[in-house]
Amino acid sequence: MYETTYHRPSSVDEAAALSARDAEAKYLAGGHTLIPVMKQRLASPTAVIDIGRIPALIGVEVSGDMLTIKAATTYFDIMNSADVKKSIPAIAHLTSVLGDPQVRARGTIGGSIANNDPAADFPAAVLALGATVKTNKRSIAANDFFKGLFTTALNDGELITAISFPVPAKAGYSKMRHPASRFALTGVFVAQMKNGDVRVAATGASQNGVMRVPGIETALKANWSASALENVKISPNGLIADIHGSAEYRANLIKVMAQRALG
Amino acid sequence: MSAIKLTVNGKSVSADAEDRTLLVHLLRDQLGLTGTHVGCDTSQCGACTVHIDGRAVKSCTVLVGQANGSKITTIEGLSRGDELHPMQAAFRDNHGLQCGYCTPGMIMSAVDMVHRHGGKLDEATVRQELEGNICRCTGYHNIVKSVLDAAGRMKVANAAE
Amino acid sequence: MGVEGIGARVTRKEDKRFVTGKGKYVDDVRVHGMTYAHFVRSPHAHAKVKGIDISEAMKKTGVVAVLTGKEIVEDKIGNLICGWMIHSKDGSPMKMGAWPAMAPETVRFVGQAVAVVIGETRNQARDGADAVIVDYEELPAAASIKAAIAPGAPQLHPEAPGNVVYDWAIGDEKATSDAFAKAAHKVSFELTNNRLVPNAMEPRAAIAEYDEAEEHFTLHTTSQNPHVARLVLSAFYGVAQEHKLRVIAPDVGGGFGSKIFIYPEEMVALWASKKVNRPVKWTSDRTEAFLTDAHGRDHVSKAEMAFDANHKMLGLRVKTHANFGAYMSLFSSSVPTYLYATLLSGQYNIPAIYAEVMGVYTNTTPVDAYRGAGRPEASYLLERLIETAARQFKIDPAELRRKNFITSFPHQTPVIMAYDTGDFNASLDAALKEIDYAGFPARKAKAKSEGKLRGIGLSCYIEACGIAPSKAVGSLGAGVGLWESAEVRVNPVGTIEILTGSHSHGQGHETTFAQVVADRLGISINQVSIVHGDTDKVQFGMGTYGSRSGAVGISAIVKAMEKMEAKAKKIAAHHLEASEQDIVIENGEFKVTGTDKAMALANVALSAYTAHNLPDGMEPGLKESAFYDPSNFTFPAGSYICEVEVDAGTGKTTFINFVAADDFGRLINPMIVEGQVHGGIAQGIGQALLEGAVYDDSGQLVTASYMDYAMPRADDLPSFKLQHTTTLCPGNPLGIKGCGEAGAIGSSAAVINAITDAIGNNKLEMPATPDRVWHAIQARA
Repeated sequence: MYETTYHRPSSVDEAAALSARDAEAKYLAGGHTLIPVMKQRLASPTAVIDIGRIPALIGVEVSGDMLTIKAATTYFDIMNSADVKKSIPAIAHLTSVLGDPQVRARGTIGGSIANNDPAADFPAAVLALGATVKTNKRSIAANDFFKGLFTTALNDGELITAISFPVPAKAGYSKMRHPASRFALTGVFVAQMKNGDVRVAATGASQNGVMRVPGIETALKANWSASALENVKISPNGLIADIHGSAEYRANLIKVMAQRALG
Repeated sequence: MSAIKLTVNGKSVSADAEDRTLLVHLLRDQLGLTGTHVGCDTSQCGACTVHIDGRAVKSCTVLVGQANGSKITTIEGLSRGDELHPMQAAFRDNHGLQCGYCTPGMIMSAVDMVHRHGGKLDEATVRQELEGNICRCTGYHNIVKSVLDAAGRMKVANAAE
Repeated sequence: MGVEGIGARVTRKEDKRFVTGKGKYVDDVRVHGMTYAHFVRSPHAHAKVKGIDISEAMKKTGVVAVLTGKEIVEDKIGNLICGWMIHSKDGSPMKMGAWPAMAPETVRFVGQAVAVVIGETRNQARDGADAVIVDYEELPAAASIKAAIAPGAPQLHPEAPGNVVYDWAIGDEKATSDAFAKAAHKVSFELTNNRLVPNAMEPRAAIAEYDEAEEHFTLHTTSQNPHVARLVLSAFYGVAQEHKLRVIAPDVGGGFGSKIFIYPEEMVALWASKKVNRPVKWTSDRTEAFLTDAHGRDHVSKAEMAFDANHKMLGLRVKTHANFGAYMSLFSSSVPTYLYATLLSGQYNIPAIYAEVMGVYTNTTPVDAYRGAGRPEASYLLERLIETAARQFKIDPAELRRKNFITSFPHQTPVIMAYDTGDFNASLDAALKEIDYAGFPARKAKAKSEGKLRGIGLSCYIEACGIAPSKAVGSLGAGVGLWESAEVRVNPVGTIEILTGSHSHGQGHETTFAQVVADRLGISINQVSIVHGDTDKVQFGMGTYGSRSGAVGISAIVKAMEKMEAKAKKIAAHHLEASEQDIVIENGEFKVTGTDKAMALANVALSAYTAHNLPDGMEPGLKESAFYDPSNFTFPAGSYICEVEVDAGTGKTTFINFVAADDFGRLINPMIVEGQVHGGIAQGIGQALLEGAVYDDSGQLVTASYMDYAMPRADDLPSFKLQHTTTLCPGNPLGIKGCGEAGAIGSSAAVINAITDAIGNNKLEMPATPDRVWHAIQARA
């Protein structure tokens, strides 16, 4: 990798100040998104600001009908959190099928969404549950957060501090793994909110990153069952086509994974 | 350059390293601990797996700054003197290795796996848990056997302690 | 000492160092004053190199030198060679373009080196390489066989018009045509054998040191055959003279063929070490490995088979196009010819065979031997063809095979090979029994009632190993002899060193070879050390590939042991005042048969070295060497059966059961043999389900990392059930056939036959990814 300077701030404010001083600096938590691209010399931040040990960014909280996971909480800690398992077990499940054990030991929820990688798992949960992304500046609704492939609403230097998920009535996640990378070839998160609203999001499928699936949402709202999706048609238009899956195949997977996410 | 202080295999060490240095390179190039290997550059093969503060991680995807102040265990720190760790012994006894290149990473992952799952490991779980480690020689057959065997040995060892 | 002798499941002597992290691989070696090399590689599949500007790179911190292709040509470092001459049908020799170690004028595949930067550190060398500015003029590329042989295709080498290296044939064309003319049934099939990347987990590496005073080079390299490397580097490339070059291949982390070849990087490292007068280390990263390690397979074939009314095979006709990539790698020319088409008879009595192979240049990474090398391609083609025939005839695929099995030996096939021995029914029976073939219809019906797609697939393979009789391969165009050598050194205290030209990179030679010695002398394997991988220690050797270390390497050891034992017996007889014919070796002692008179091995050895009392005229010492040249190939064979379930919703294949029944002749260490089979099967399943190197039309490798090239992981594979049946190979002293490649040769067809059985659509190519299988299910529906 190119030369860089490493910082380990002890607070969010200190991290933000370091970022403000250097427009080419990047935040780093687990590093499992950023370090691989730095190693390939595809990213060359002048400095990396390690937020992975800032106490205010680590932990899980449940308050009323809201599960809040702080940004630098590792996948490992999320999947083993009693609060997560109890309030939104689908998130614990999603985390348990994300990456591999060593990656889960380091990777963080903030890192999973900050990049809007089209094959990352967590964006599906964030969008399907209508979560709120909290930053050191503001709160951003999930609908407004994901702005297309590798693009989010985050401004330069803005730091995700936590993600708050409304606790749904029912939710599930099912994923077809990419045979090589083990990211989501297509993953679907289904959620029935406590107000009866149904939200479904698919990752790995769309050329624009994570997406809602209105056809499935309508069908599931009428009837929360796999059979309700039998006749739903998913258009392959705009879906990713590569050597691992055609757009038609991914369209099929959206439906099949949604059915399986129902449990 | 930064001054890095670590506890490696129970010993305090300090080293000056460029900030872009990955933990695996510090271990191999500066500390001479060449048992930890590099098999890919996309954080997938797991040949570089070590324990940081007791948890298996890929040392090719950790900057030395991130590891600063941590306790690191590498394959060289697993055995007690001449006595192999039960996982090392199980790999040998079950022919869980051929060329040996992925082996240190496999063993470090497997030890962490057994710690996390206790004695409740079955073949399917072991196979899933080995997702972060690639072996080209063994077809994993004897690696799975080794881990299951070691899980039993470690359970016995723990019970005895 | 049967517990450690031939046939014993001895744990490996080498494992302690590997499980404790004390293995010594090339990249683990550090020498004083070492520099690091980083190559500047072409981002284009085909381009002219118009100029290289190194001025910025030279200014970078820590950059010691920047060397280019032009300089290596000026220094008269030779082009890379292909060591096996193939002649086309018309008698003309194969047409090869030059392959310089770094391209001075034209690059022909993405990743080809044009320059190298030598730096004080790994990172500084790479920083320097990033600063080298190369002016390329892009040329149109031919990235596939189809594109390369199309009219008007871009030409890679002026020497090879139409990008054709050779147009070769084997067999009797007329007899085959006649067979088809009288056929009652014909089956035809087109298929692709997907290109694979070997992916030994240890990337290639080299450390070159030059001693100015002695004008001597030392090269540590990741090689399966260090002596061959030394020979090629000296005799052909002119980097160093043979007696001034020591090649060391220490612990090597897997090879699978990819570390047979002498690559540009180690040549350049040697040359550069003299240029900069500092040791130079190069270690490949995984991306470089994908771009520059020789790939494997990559055939497109049409095959047709003629049967009589009783479903007996009459003839086989095959036309294959083989992709060689941009240059002819060391043994590449032999792979789709003598290692492929000579195995097209399989386990079957086929009276007439005619196969044509056209070798083609493309703007891709060179292709050469990868585990199995030609034989997996032959086996896959034949076993899918037969399965297709059985489905077409609506008869049991096991019965169709059985009906056509060769049952008497020796058997001369129409394609050179003379099978010495085998029992194909025995291995098929063993596999059918192990998988409960008879119970399969009921299992399939049950699965169907649960909405699941279940299938079973067979594959009966044969391969030719233990390469090979030097005279035979010489007559077929090989540039080297394929014997093996060994030296037995009995030390004065009775410990033994075996120096072997075979090289272990995972095969466990340090254990199995010691077992053979222990078995002969009745001693512990701990009394025996196996020395390999260093041209300064071992006299000579041809190395390890083609499953030859047992059949050829061990045979050389046995031959050397026989010489040593003969001398030792003379010494013992002299001391024990007996006839040497009456001396037997038991439990580490030389005994006078029928008496209690004995002399320990250590005493015999000591006597040989003190030389105070030896038979008249006998030389002191107890050290013998031997060269062993095999009299024939060996023919491991077996039956693989696999049962799968396919998820109709996702196209994902899950293994229910995988059975392998192999006949490898004598097994020295069954535990190690089984390990070889496991690993081979995993690579065969990898080819069938997961792996495939894909180039886009412009010649960019789409699958250049583990992010896109799917390596088999633990949860992709089942546990395997292995059976052994045995017919001893009559051609070597221990009856060994070889076991290193069988798994990779036999398994792919079994997997695809099982999936196509499950989904009811025979049109399916490898890798049978979930996407492809799902599409095949839709196409059927």
